Amino acid sequence: MIDKGTYVRIRRTLLDAKERSDNLPSETKKVPYKMWVKGYLLKEADLFDIVKIKTITGRIETGRLKEVEPPYKHSYGDYVSEILVLKDIIINDMYGENNE
Amino acid sequence: MNNTYQAVMNRRNEIMKKSVGIDYTKYEQTGIGFDYELMMNSQGYNINKIKQIQSENMVGNTPLVELKNITKYARKYTKKGYGARIFLKDEAANISGSFKARRAALAIDKAKELGFKGVIAATSGNYGAAVAALAAKAGLRCIIVQETFDSKNICQPEISEKARKCEAFGAEVIQLSVGPELFYTFLKLLEETNYFNASLYSPYGIMGIETLGHEIAEEVMGKAGKYPEAVIITNAGGGNLTGTARGLKNAGAINTKIIGASVNLYGLHMASDIDFNKKSFTTGHTGFGIPFATFPDRSDVPRSAARPLRYMDRYVMVNQGSVFFMTQALALLEGMERGPAGNTSLAAAFSLAQEMREDEIIVVQETEYTGAGKHIQPQLSFAKRNKVKIMFGNPLDEIPGKNIIFPKNGSYLKYEEISMDNLRKSYLKKYKNIKLSKEDYKFLSEELRVDISTIKDII
Repeated sequence: MIDKGTYVRIRRTLLDAKERSDNLPSETKKVPYKMWVKGYLLKEADLFDIVKIKTITGRIETGRLKEVEPPYKHSYGDYVSEILVLKDIIINDMYGENNE
Repeated sequence: MNNTYQAVMNRRNEIMKKSVGIDYTKYEQTGIGFDYELMMNSQGYNINKIKQIQSENMVGNTPLVELKNITKYARKYTKKGYGARIFLKDEAANISGSFKARRAALAIDKAKELGFKGVIAATSGNYGAAVAALAAKAGLRCIIVQETFDSKNICQPEISEKARKCEAFGAEVIQLSVGPELFYTFLKLLEETNYFNASLYSPYGIMGIETLGHEIAEEVMGKAGKYPEAVIITNAGGGNLTGTARGLKNAGAINTKIIGASVNLYGLHMASDIDFNKKSFTTGHTGFGIPFATFPDRSDVPRSAARPLRYMDRYVMVNQGSVFFMTQALALLEGMERGPAGNTSLAAAFSLAQEMREDEIIVVQETEYTGAGKHIQPQLSFAKRNKVKIMFGNPLDEIPGKNIIFPKNGSYLKYEEISMDNLRKSYLKKYKNIKLSKEDYKFLSEELRVDISTIKDII
């Protein structure tokens, strides 16, 4: 059970595939249009329940509870060997191969 | 209230009128046109007032730096006497880390003046951070609406970072899946909250950038005793180019060439759920640059104040690999870690400068902050995870969505020209079967900067 007042992220389908705009590429037209938003849980609930939250601007939103205390997951990414090659190219172009 | 897609879209004009504080019908002419200058001049701002508002908000007066090492690098590939001096306006120094703060400063000033309690902006990019930061400073509430995820819930890392930054400034961030229905959600929110629409395309959103052109003209005059021969501007929605060009002209730099530059994303569909995460640039690319140039009024206001074809002398594009290459060069050779998207015009300038004489000056008019998610490292890492191949070779062989090709050395970094004639043709396509009046032709002539007989020939 997740306590009332917990900061969570919910997801809601705003438009089913058939309600979506015309003039969409077929791969987009066949999937529903969804929204994610964060806020404080108004009543205790379980993960994946349909819940109401209060957002940071004070709006009330309804949706499926997808994430509790949502973290930021973006980072500087994995090791990319090509960046080292890129650096070598630039330094060699500027200062020559034997630059120490 | 009926909130189906069609019902909300049908209410768009009344929602817009209430939320932007502008009655656009006042500027409409009888035919296809409207009075652009009247619209721009009727909002109660002039350059001095804008400068004052911005300086009170830690916006503007950013450093203009000469990129001596990058200039030297470009000159390795020119004949003697060639290779223009490359200057860079370090717009990352603005509050919130990009030139977008200039646009947001005015929108927020207007929202405050009109007594709105909050602001909403539809943007996945730096503009959201700018609106959020300035709203925070002004004590206004703020909602940012972003196109964020594909249908597998995979998010562009750069957009995740922007959401984090907006939240740091206290904004509510609403994240949506891929699709133009973002506009539907945006309208519904405006209706629900009665907040101000801090549109990128309102007169405020464009006039805020005029100070950037103004500063460039004055600073280059101060340093070199003349106006720059060219200013190169990363082009997406057209506002950056329009505002900068207007500011340059206002300051007297009427002969400075205005060059637009975009990342080449030909072949990727902007509303495609599959293509969404195959691209490494979420702005500054042809997927926005070309449609917004050829049909500016596709924006979120009835009449866009961003009208790049009124000002653009040339339009060039570079590939994704070249922008990453120059982003790395800027860090390695000049000690400036910025971008990458904001470095699109820098990549193009590296190549364009080689065609200019060494006593000429080309100004790259922006940088943007970088960080987790935005930096080239996570961008390339994300591309690889999405099966985009990273290669070295001739960047002109790059196929957006399939590969990213870095120049195998600096000599391979070349811009490609986009035909202005083709852009004009594309703009005029919608008038092919319409009977146009004399006034209509006059409007089109101003829009496209060609004489009426040329317009008639094209149509």
